[in-house]
Amino acid sequence: MSNRIDVKKTYKLFINGSFPRSESGRTYEVKTSKGAFLANPCLASRKDLREAVVAARSAHNGWSKATAYNRGQILYRIAEMLQARTSEFIEEIMITTGATKVKAEKEVLQAVDTLVWFAGWSDKISSLTGSNNPVAGPFYNFTIPESMGVVAAVAPENPSLLGLIESIAPIITSGNTVIILASTKAPLSAMSFAEVLATSDLPAGVVNILTGKKDEIAPWMASHMDIDAMDISGLSSKLTAEIKVAGAENLKRVHSFKRASAHRITAFTESKTIWHTIGV
Amino acid sequence: MNFYGLVDGSEASLKTYLNKLSGVDQVGANARAAMLATRSVKTTSKRWAIDTAISMVDLTTLEGADTVGKVQALCTKAVRPDPTDSSVPSVGAICVYNDMVGVARKHLDLIGGKHVPVAAVSTAFPSGRASIAVKVLDTQDAIDAGASEIDMVIDRGAFLEGRLIDVFNEIVTIRQVCGEKAHLKVIFETGELVTYDNVRKASFLAMAAGADFIKTSTGKVAPAATAPVVLVMLEAVRDFYEMTQKRIGVKPAGGIRNTKDAIKQLVLVKETAGEEWLNSKLFRIGASALLNDLLMQRIKMDNGYYASPTYVSVD
Repeated sequence: MSNRIDVKKTYKLFINGSFPRSESGRTYEVKTSKGAFLANPCLASRKDLREAVVAARSAHNGWSKATAYNRGQILYRIAEMLQARTSEFIEEIMITTGATKVKAEKEVLQAVDTLVWFAGWSDKISSLTGSNNPVAGPFYNFTIPESMGVVAAVAPENPSLLGLIESIAPIITSGNTVIILASTKAPLSAMSFAEVLATSDLPAGVVNILTGKKDEIAPWMASHMDIDAMDISGLSSKLTAEIKVAGAENLKRVHSFKRASAHRITAFTESKTIWHTIGV
Repeated sequence: MNFYGLVDGSEASLKTYLNKLSGVDQVGANARAAMLATRSVKTTSKRWAIDTAISMVDLTTLEGADTVGKVQALCTKAVRPDPTDSSVPSVGAICVYNDMVGVARKHLDLIGGKHVPVAAVSTAFPSGRASIAVKVLDTQDAIDAGASEIDMVIDRGAFLEGRLIDVFNEIVTIRQVCGEKAHLKVIFETGELVTYDNVRKASFLAMAAGADFIKTSTGKVAPAATAPVVLVMLEAVRDFYEMTQKRIGVKPAGGIRNTKDAIKQLVLVKETAGEEWLNSKLFRIGASALLNDLLMQRIKMDNGYYASPTYVSVD
């Protein structure tokens, strides 16, 4: 059927496990690398961010108390779901960024592998970074890492899918919940990834994805009192200083990373130390 | 008692009075409430609305697990909702179970909250399933302990069976117990009344029987204070004012959890009953979680950044 009219996909936000439009009603145009019209994703407002923070905060209790084993399984499940849709993501990346098929495929498969890699970390991180401390007294003294709470992240512009996943996966592995602002120029694979998350047994609100302008949303993330930390890997250096100043006001931990590593997990954990008497 | 000259206390006159009521256009009420809910209130108007809403909150705790400590903490919060900002008004009242009335009154007086009234839920709240003798004692007990507002529940069973005169007489009896000492709020539990026509009928019945306030719900049944139900009740007090020149208050309770919901209620009041009702003497909001959201919105307006629940008290 050559005269078939395409059913265009409406790209919306991902907040609290559902796909709302922006509260502001705004959208912006995304074009292919060759300049042709591609889609009208939502231009998120600060109020969408506010809603997402409320969702992330209420999801934190359940997610952080889930067993590390369970969190790892869900991350693995996300990888499974993403892999099943590989071809769709390859196509989306190719058309948005103009990447070759080989390059796009490499990005998607690496994204799958990243998820599996962090899934494995979830039940190992506390034994590797926690400790049993010698103290001068009849006590056991343990230090264990715990999630910080709600983390806001800004995904890099490129690679849009891999960069997003490299940011999300380590944050949620330890039990944090996240609000992430996707690549502005190539947000489509991020929103398709939200569909993957929605079918992966991930509790609502653990991951919330916004699309829009970084210079508009990031300062509101930094000043928000109910966000505990930020991953600004995807932010241009122009804005970094402003974000760090705003974040200092509310003692926010602000980090930036170049590549996926286990440090991205520990960056968003806090150490809890417990004293326990030694019995007879 | 002359019941505003509307009824003479007999069943026949009550039926005649209530049969004259016009029916409620259900679709119309839903549409009107939905339309008013879309109004956007910003900047200085929003600031005014937040402070007005705070002054209208009946800060409520109605749990089996209520302790003296919790009620005292709530009283402290009622007088100074934000301890860091003295420009925040006190709330409209504290609403507790009968046995906590004395505790609340004493603590409020102690901390400079003489202006904050204590409301007691009585008459076998929340079900209302007790004999009239028990209900009278229940009410008297609350008033003796220092309650200046009584939130009574109607016998929904009797209302739905059509024994309207029994419901009427019960309100009249409790009204007499309250006398000059206490305001009477009559709770309908609109979630159990099924139709808007019933809500309108119950409103007129309670107002004629001597209610000072009509209140949507106990907070124990869902749905509670939905916008159309509040609209129907506000229309009832407006119409009643036209008939009698007496202004009856309205108190939605249950399900109003955030600032947006509260401001929607204020819009309903302004557009339905009128500006005369926009104060804590004639409009109250029964809530517990709402106050923290109002405070957080206020902090946001003052400081320009979003607040966190970590910085306002839990109860």
